[in-house]
Amino acid sequence: MSELRDLYQEVILDHNKHPRNYGALEDADRHAEGHNPLCGDEITVHVKLEGDKIADIRFEGSGCAISKASASVMTETLKGKTVEEAGALFERFHELVTGKADEDLETLGKLAVFGGVSEFPVRVKCATLSWHTTRAALNESGTKISTE
Amino acid sequence: MSTTSAATRYDVERVRRDFPILDRQVNGKPLVYLDNAASTQKPTAVIEAVRDYYATHNANIHRGVHRLSQEATAAFEAARATMARFVGAEQSEEIIFTRGTTESINLVAFSYGRANVKAGDEIVVTEMEHHSNIIPWQLLCEQVGAVLKPAPIDDTGDLILDELESLLTERTKIVAVGHVSNALGTINPIARIAEMAHAVGAVLVVDGAQATPHATVDVRALGADFYACSGHKMYGPTGIGVLYGRRELLDAMPPYQGGGEMIRTVSFEGSTWAEVPHKFEAGTPNIAGAIGLAAAADYLESLGREAIAAHELDLMAYGTAHLEAIPGVHMIGTAREKTAVLSFVFESAHPHDIGTILDNEGVAVRTGHHCAQPVMKHFGVPATARASLGVYNTHEEIDALVAAMGKVRELFA
Repeated sequence: MSELRDLYQEVILDHNKHPRNYGALEDADRHAEGHNPLCGDEITVHVKLEGDKIADIRFEGSGCAISKASASVMTETLKGKTVEEAGALFERFHELVTGKADEDLETLGKLAVFGGVSEFPVRVKCATLSWHTTRAALNESGTKISTE
Repeated sequence: MSTTSAATRYDVERVRRDFPILDRQVNGKPLVYLDNAASTQKPTAVIEAVRDYYATHNANIHRGVHRLSQEATAAFEAARATMARFVGAEQSEEIIFTRGTTESINLVAFSYGRANVKAGDEIVVTEMEHHSNIIPWQLLCEQVGAVLKPAPIDDTGDLILDELESLLTERTKIVAVGHVSNALGTINPIARIAEMAHAVGAVLVVDGAQATPHATVDVRALGADFYACSGHKMYGPTGIGVLYGRRELLDAMPPYQGGGEMIRTVSFEGSTWAEVPHKFEAGTPNIAGAIGLAAAADYLESLGREAIAAHELDLMAYGTAHLEAIPGVHMIGTAREKTAVLSFVFESAHPHDIGTILDNEGVAVRTGHHCAQPVMKHFGVPATARASLGVYNTHEEIDALVAAMGKVRELFA
């Protein structure tokens, strides 16, 4: 069970059961939809920008525990960050879940709980779906993104 | 033959010794392979048939006068005869080797469909079809301006026959139905559907991918005009499958792909086609695959197809009872006539999480939409977890699945 416990840490199970920042965002000025055809995960990310800063960010959709918890923790992490900071965090998060992170995990804060994903390569797309979707929203590409 | 006597005679431990892969471990635990609807494991008889072909007979077929080519041709055509017997075809020429069920259905859509379906005509499928029995018809409809109509299913996963019948008119040219649903296990009443289709002058195309591994198939008794199946889902190799077609339909159909093997004469003024089945087999076929598939068919016959069906029905009933007893588990697909599929959802865990946790326990199941998105939509779920049974599965393996679901509950309930 140890690798499984690394994957399904308490923080992740909690965010899956009680996702933060879940729902529509009325005065959002950016939206993007994400889709993971492998498991049917669907997510919509809403972002409200103030200048270069993410003033608010919320998400909606359905998916597995990893994708839902990842979206939830991501919204908590990104609120108040600049678009550039968000991009840098995504890169570090991606390195973390693909097992390429060699830095001090403490600087990643709560995102570090997703380190166990690297032992389950088929679940990497679940963890990164919300991040890909957010990047699409911030880039205002406007197209529906897919992990496939 | 009664279910009990067949199940008693069936020696699953002996069957398991025929499958070398069942000796391996996954995550330090014995492999419990319950993803047979996606692909089955291979018995030694199949592995050896393929090895023997490459080791002692390999050559191109229908061409050379040399010894190896003659042997390869004889083995390939013997495989065709075996598959004709296996599905109950009247003649070997009614068996076309393809890459699998998907290509078989695409062949019918391309060749029979383009020649016989016109603008305003209709093609009827069911809501429970695998995407490979939807998309080829959608493409055909787009090309010729025909209309695709899905017959609905009820909440047990049974086809609503009256609704199907009410969709059939003189405009219906093709009815395309799965023999057994891959997502739900539902067994469709093919013979009755054939009568309905023929009553309006339509042909019946049957996707038999999930039926040939589990039950006796007799295309003539079923009344199927075309019947498609895949090698790898019936313990044979990947990349090989069969299309059965009624001889007079095949004779009248234009070729599917052009190339070597399928011609009689070629000139720049115009070419003529070989007789069936070669007309539909352009290029060098998957010779080893066909020989391996015939070995799989012989293997299933040696186990006894009624005995296999009884064994799997017994396991399915056992699995259904034990899964249903887990609080929070809800079975998807409870048709009166079904086989070999245990599709379910669990209220507090997504199927994808279930799949990862079961894999950690050595239990291989499929999670997702099973290439049947309309079925998922009907039941209002994004995906299901699916345990699908095969000839080598045991009651102990069902127990392992149920125990592994206990781990899911530990984490998620």
